Amino acid sequence: MSVPAASAAPPLPTAADRLKFYGMWLIAAIVLLLLPRIFGSGGALTTFSLIGISIIFSLSYNILLGQTGMLSFGHAVYYGLGGFLAIHAMNIVIGDRLPVPLPLVPLIGGIAGLLFAVLFGWVSTQRSGTAFAMISLGVAELIASSALILRTFFGGEAGISTNRTKLLKLFGWSFGPQIQIYHLVAAWTLIAVIAMYALTRTPLGRVCNAVRDNPERVQFVGYNPHVVRYLAFCFAGFFAGIAGALAAINFEIANSAYLGAEQSGTVLFATYIGGVGFFVGPIVGAIFVTLLSLGLSDLTQVWQLYFGLIFIAVVLFAPGGLTGLVMMHRPLLKAATLPKVIPSYLVALPPTLAMIAGLVLSIETIVHYTVNPGDDPHIRAFGVGFDAASRSIWALAAVLLVGGFLVARKTWQWVAHAWDDAASVAREKGRPA
Amino acid sequence: MSAAIELRGVSKSFGNVAIIRDINLSVAQGERHALIGPNGAGKSTTFNLISGYAAPTSGSVLLRGEVISGLPPHQINRRGLSRSFQVTNVFANMSVWENLRCAVLWATGQRYAFWKNIDNLPEVRERTAQILVDINLTERRDVAAGLLTYAEQRALEIGITVAGGADVILLDEPTAGMSHAETERAVSLIRRLTAGRTLLIVEHDMSVVFGLADRISVLVYGQIIASGTPEEIRGNPVVREAYLGEEVA
Repeated sequence: MSVPAASAAPPLPTAADRLKFYGMWLIAAIVLLLLPRIFGSGGALTTFSLIGISIIFSLSYNILLGQTGMLSFGHAVYYGLGGFLAIHAMNIVIGDRLPVPLPLVPLIGGIAGLLFAVLFGWVSTQRSGTAFAMISLGVAELIASSALILRTFFGGEAGISTNRTKLLKLFGWSFGPQIQIYHLVAAWTLIAVIAMYALTRTPLGRVCNAVRDNPERVQFVGYNPHVVRYLAFCFAGFFAGIAGALAAINFEIANSAYLGAEQSGTVLFATYIGGVGFFVGPIVGAIFVTLLSLGLSDLTQVWQLYFGLIFIAVVLFAPGGLTGLVMMHRPLLKAATLPKVIPSYLVALPPTLAMIAGLVLSIETIVHYTVNPGDDPHIRAFGVGFDAASRSIWALAAVLLVGGFLVARKTWQWVAHAWDDAASVAREKGRPA
Repeated sequence: MSAAIELRGVSKSFGNVAIIRDINLSVAQGERHALIGPNGAGKSTTFNLISGYAAPTSGSVLLRGEVISGLPPHQINRRGLSRSFQVTNVFANMSVWENLRCAVLWATGQRYAFWKNIDNLPEVRERTAQILVDINLTERRDVAAGLLTYAEQRALEIGITVAGGADVILLDEPTAGMSHAETERAVSLIRRLTAGRTLLIVEHDMSVVFGLADRISVLVYGQIIASGTPEEIRGNPVVREAYLGEEVA
């Protein structure tokens, strides 16, 4: 049995592949450098910084959820502790005039996140599934309530603040202006993304996937799934700590909200909405959710409600997340059957939008009557003003919502048919959807 | 020379129900040994006890003379014992290639390495490719394991089991649910992949058992009622009455 086995292996990346691969990171770096030249306003730079922090945090979360199959409800613990330790470290550095420049502080946050993950992880990663989720929730509640009790360390309600400009200056950078913080966050984001991508390409990274798929079987190829989960947990804690420290640097404060349930929920939302099955998924999710939370809060009072509705819609209709939605079109694109589905999308769009408009009108009207019943009924939502007391608006909302749904439902069936046709043609061409 | 696998007075009870009752079994190095018996006799439980999936209530299991009962499955596997499952048990979302590669990693000493690039490990690559060729799934290399046909999944299951190079292989009903032609292919695959290794196999298909095994043990109601060569088992009146009956007649 000496068949030339080597030819059975997948081809190793060629020089061109490698060039493309490293070129991609180079392009990412250039884009990060160019972004502030195109969008230079303070608000934009703050937004970019928040997105970068969120990207690191979401990718660290996906080491657990997408890579290793662990659903955590308390990942903010490591983010928050990273943030607090970074603030304390900065204050010590300032007080003792230690020669530590600001760009190294995220590393301190990362090590803090790692140490706490080492500490809490061994017990919580004994099992995956429900047991892990419950323990993560328990630890999160424990730490979040400690944050309000242990006032000397966590600073109670007010939190702990610092002054990021008082550290050792490198090359004359004070890190006062937001543009310098942007560059700090961008550099750390690039480093962390590359590191986390590299992690997926190691023996440990691959065994993590195996543990996600089938922890029982992993034991019978020599691996202890508990150790695999524990190591993944430690890496996730490390990168979450880096993200937390960057947030602490950005805001110059850390408070109990950093480690709370809302923060843990947000990272779960961002990761899931982006798509847990793809490395870029959490990046997409972090960008989307950060922009959405900043944008929606200007447009409507109940932005969190819409946020929740979007999350439910993704879980129900696009379990692969936004990235999954895009990626499922790839085989169609390659088989040139994409034109088969586009018309059905265009037909489905107007009734679906009408339904959503009706839903928004209804929600805003109900919010007006339940939250601010005494106020002027002429309200604005999403930049559109309307009279919440007008019967015709109520009727319009009802017609849009119900009529839109009834028509949209038909068109969705049409989309499904068109999709099946296009996918089966793609399959016949040897590109399974 | 000590036996590859030895069970000494092994019993297993779940609550008050005794599933395995005082089994003694010895499989010599390099032997192909079949474990047969009616449904519910305790064959899969015996596999679980040997592979560390469950610990015996009393008695001990020895691998090449060393006690392994009570060890967790991954440590037993690292000592050179590998098993397959009756119900296909692969990594469904990973490609055939990734499945086999995971099964090779520990055996090639990668442990939990997070500082090595998985594509830069020539030994892992070569061994994975060899197994892929051995189980005839080269055409399906990049397909997710969950999308393979049943027979292909069974072949992958065997591939994962032998990939690590364990010299004691336990196969739990490898041909269950296969057509006649598929069974023949599976048997020749098993014969090829386990050459020079010790094999303990649970199987219902008597043509497979009598064609493959050097020795056979018959398990009925948690007890081994006979052990011997295929001829001895065929001619054993107790076995004929308890189990084989019409199948050999």
